[in-house]
Amino acid sequence: MFSSLILLSVFGILNLFLGFLKSRSWLLPVTILFLLTALGAVVLDWNKSFYFLNYMMSTDNVSVAFTSIIILSTVLIIPLSRAYVRTEGAPVAEYYAILLFSVVGAIMMVGFENLLMLFIGLETLSIAMYVLAGSDKRNPRSHEAALKYLLMGSFATGILLFGVALLYGATGSFGLGGIKAYVVSNAGNISPLLYLGLSFVLVGILFKLSVAPFHFWTPDVYDGAPTLFTAFMSTIVKTAGFAALFKILSVSFTGVYNFWWVMMAAATVLTLFIGNITAVYQSSFKRMLAYSSISHAGYLLIAITTLGPASRESILFYSLAYSLATITSFAVLMLVNEQRGGEGYTSFNGLGKQNPFLAFTLTVAMCSLAGIPLTAGFLGKLFIFLNALEKGFVWLLVVAVLMSAVGIYYYFRVVIAMYMKGSSEEVMLSDGKDVLTTDKIVVPGSFQVVLAITTALTILLGIFPNFVMNLF
Amino acid sequence: MITIFLIAFPIVAGLITLLLKGETVKRFAFLLSLVELVATLYAVSQFNPAGINPALAFSYPWIESLGISFSGNIDGISLLLVILTTLLVPVIILSTFGRSYANPSAFYALILFMEAGLVGVFTATDAFLFYLFWEAALIPVYFLAGVWGGERRIAVTFKFFIYTIFGSLFMLLAMTYLYFQTPGTHSSSLEAFYALDLTTGTQAWLFWALFIAFAIKMPVFPFHTWQPDTYAESPTPATMLLAGIMLKMGIYGVIRWLLPVVPAGVAQWGTTAIILSVIGIVYGSIIAIRQRDIKRILAYSSFAHVGLMSAGVFSLSTEGMQGAVVQMLAHGVNVVGLFFIAEIIGRRINTRELAQMGGITQNAPSLTVFFMILLLGSVALPLTNGFVGEFLLLYGVFTFNPWYAAVAGLTIILSAVYMLRLFQGTMFGEQNELTAGMSDLTLTEKIALFPLAFMVFWIGMYPAPFLKLTEPAVQNLLQQVVQQ
Repeated sequence: MFSSLILLSVFGILNLFLGFLKSRSWLLPVTILFLLTALGAVVLDWNKSFYFLNYMMSTDNVSVAFTSIIILSTVLIIPLSRAYVRTEGAPVAEYYAILLFSVVGAIMMVGFENLLMLFIGLETLSIAMYVLAGSDKRNPRSHEAALKYLLMGSFATGILLFGVALLYGATGSFGLGGIKAYVVSNAGNISPLLYLGLSFVLVGILFKLSVAPFHFWTPDVYDGAPTLFTAFMSTIVKTAGFAALFKILSVSFTGVYNFWWVMMAAATVLTLFIGNITAVYQSSFKRMLAYSSISHAGYLLIAITTLGPASRESILFYSLAYSLATITSFAVLMLVNEQRGGEGYTSFNGLGKQNPFLAFTLTVAMCSLAGIPLTAGFLGKLFIFLNALEKGFVWLLVVAVLMSAVGIYYYFRVVIAMYMKGSSEEVMLSDGKDVLTTDKIVVPGSFQVVLAITTALTILLGIFPNFVMNLF
Repeated sequence: MITIFLIAFPIVAGLITLLLKGETVKRFAFLLSLVELVATLYAVSQFNPAGINPALAFSYPWIESLGISFSGNIDGISLLLVILTTLLVPVIILSTFGRSYANPSAFYALILFMEAGLVGVFTATDAFLFYLFWEAALIPVYFLAGVWGGERRIAVTFKFFIYTIFGSLFMLLAMTYLYFQTPGTHSSSLEAFYALDLTTGTQAWLFWALFIAFAIKMPVFPFHTWQPDTYAESPTPATMLLAGIMLKMGIYGVIRWLLPVVPAGVAQWGTTAIILSVIGIVYGSIIAIRQRDIKRILAYSSFAHVGLMSAGVFSLSTEGMQGAVVQMLAHGVNVVGLFFIAEIIGRRINTRELAQMGGITQNAPSLTVFFMILLLGSVALPLTNGFVGEFLLLYGVFTFNPWYAAVAGLTIILSAVYMLRLFQGTMFGEQNELTAGMSDLTLTEKIALFPLAFMVFWIGMYPAPFLKLTEPAVQNLLQQVVQQ
């Protein structure tokens, strides 16, 4: 992981210089090559476990797996940036460089052994996201998204940093090992500062994960940011954030489980309710996906709340399943928005007839997000539910099961639009002024490859989960 | 191996069908479904009802770390339902020959995918595998009904979809709970579930979690509200799949996954289930008498019939259970035949309103004959298949409680009322301008109806082979229930 950290930082800078070249068609393959190189470097650390950077970071199989998911998702998202490469004057090289830097931040969040490293990683990732959220310079909603994200995000970072300071005050250490040692040796006599500090740190991380009640920024930011970067935010940031949350709680704070599980359980229930119920009322597919990302944070939080030996596999599997399905959804949304105009459900009418391939991939993605069997999403939910039941959280499970039923309602609205509503009907935009075109959508090669990979993986993992589950 | 072939072949067949184009797809799909039927007959020839059948069982590790396996087996009950499925699917495909559906390759592929899901449900012996097939059977029929259905299809099928998934989620919850009660490293196999020793209180809530899922599928009163609309709005092949086969998933689920797993829960709540079923019988029959749309009459009649099957199963008697198993086969045959007749009539005169029909028999004598045979089977006249099943069912309910049997017995009278009303309204009376141009059955339609009519008499006159096939399995199962 150390090598991939260095490699990606260097590649990011290289990418900036590549921007001077005239031919921009080179940038995409080169960036993907960079990422694949970094992925290779990560995988080389499989079955090795060591500290590096003066015990600031460490690597083990769990962090290698999380890092691989993050890089793989990036590799799958970057080919979707076709529209930017085409746009005259768009700073494509800079975008790619920022994406690479944000992956560096995400890797730090996965492999940190020291809370300062967590802070640096989180900030590296977040600052990159603030910039990318506002990258659509002509769209005021993109500006709004960036500003909202920046203001709220800085506030959350401040709280996180305050929490880290309090933890240092209580334990005298920034290191996860040092904090753990304090929690273990002072069991029964733990300073209230530690509880306060832990709460602040958790609030800071939960904010980034758009967990209720810290989710208010999510719909506007996801909706306003260019779809490409929304896809990035809702996959990479989520995966890295949950890896960090899992790591900090499972390494340092298992001794005070009785303190934090209540917080987590409350946040889980709230997130599941708010995410799912609000998603039902959305008429825009993109906004629905924003709320759906909130609700999936809720399902992942179940695995954190019911922390046990099987949690890491279930979080890993769920993150992977969720990322694959989300990338598919945003990719199809990008094409539909670009060529039909509009992000509402009605824009998808008749897609099943016009573009069977696109409709099929989106249906598989929706089934996976809704947790329908034969998809990775179902097994992801099943593993998390099994985990919760093993710990005796039946009531939490009942809430989750009921909310899954609600989820099916809003995920299948787009499936209904695609297959059961005709394209010949007059399709109106939400403002009632423009009529959308419902012509056949041209699917560029890069999109075809990405969609084929994500869909195939979603189905394969839904049938043969051993591939991931037997890793450890 | 043959069992895996029975599950896998329709999937492959469906994928091949997807690649084809044009109207020849239906012939191809029909041929493939016949191959599946032949494979089933081969499985029947290999089957020994009294003993165990290792040749028909399969078990492979699937998610090893969790003790979940890809395993299934065929006993008498499963075999009868596999026969039903693989016999009806070719008939259903054949019934579409007189009509063309848009995008036929997808249409027939979905029917074949559904067949795979159904065979999987009837053979799986691992709880999670069962759940997987349970949902896998739902999705194709949802699309069949939602894409090719009538005007109100979107709202109606969506209600059906959400309703049934909502029920299955409770089943999933119950099954994961059961899974964690198994000793050691946990197992989701049927035997492990049967071996569990749970407290009465636990079994009571597990009973409801499982029962709601199965009751929605059947449907049992008061979980039936999705059913009449869905049956009426779906294209007839989907209605046939729903009423002919999918409905049996619910009863099969009760027999295999509810009674032996939570016997104490059944002891506590079984009477309630019977009462609900009996209410459904009377309620469904009375509403059926008042319907104007011929498809809706059949929908409510199906709702009433399934109530009797469910009551028989919960009576926990050999006769009731045997009756339910035979009646599942008989009802599948009859209801598919009747929906096909309704489709033929609707196709020719472009309406399903009973009031606009009459005098069809003058132009269509062979249609009348087939209709009569299936109708007699449905009203359980002696020497027809319905009689054997309903007699055993009523006997089973009678041994449980004579009063319930007396109320449930109304089904024989009431079903005669609404079925004969249907027959009279369509076949007899004066011709009108719509029915005057009515033509008789085509050769394909006769070929499709013939095996059904044959089954009506075969099961009605000589049910012994079917009863023998299932008896050891039913005995085993009841022993399992009583033991605990």
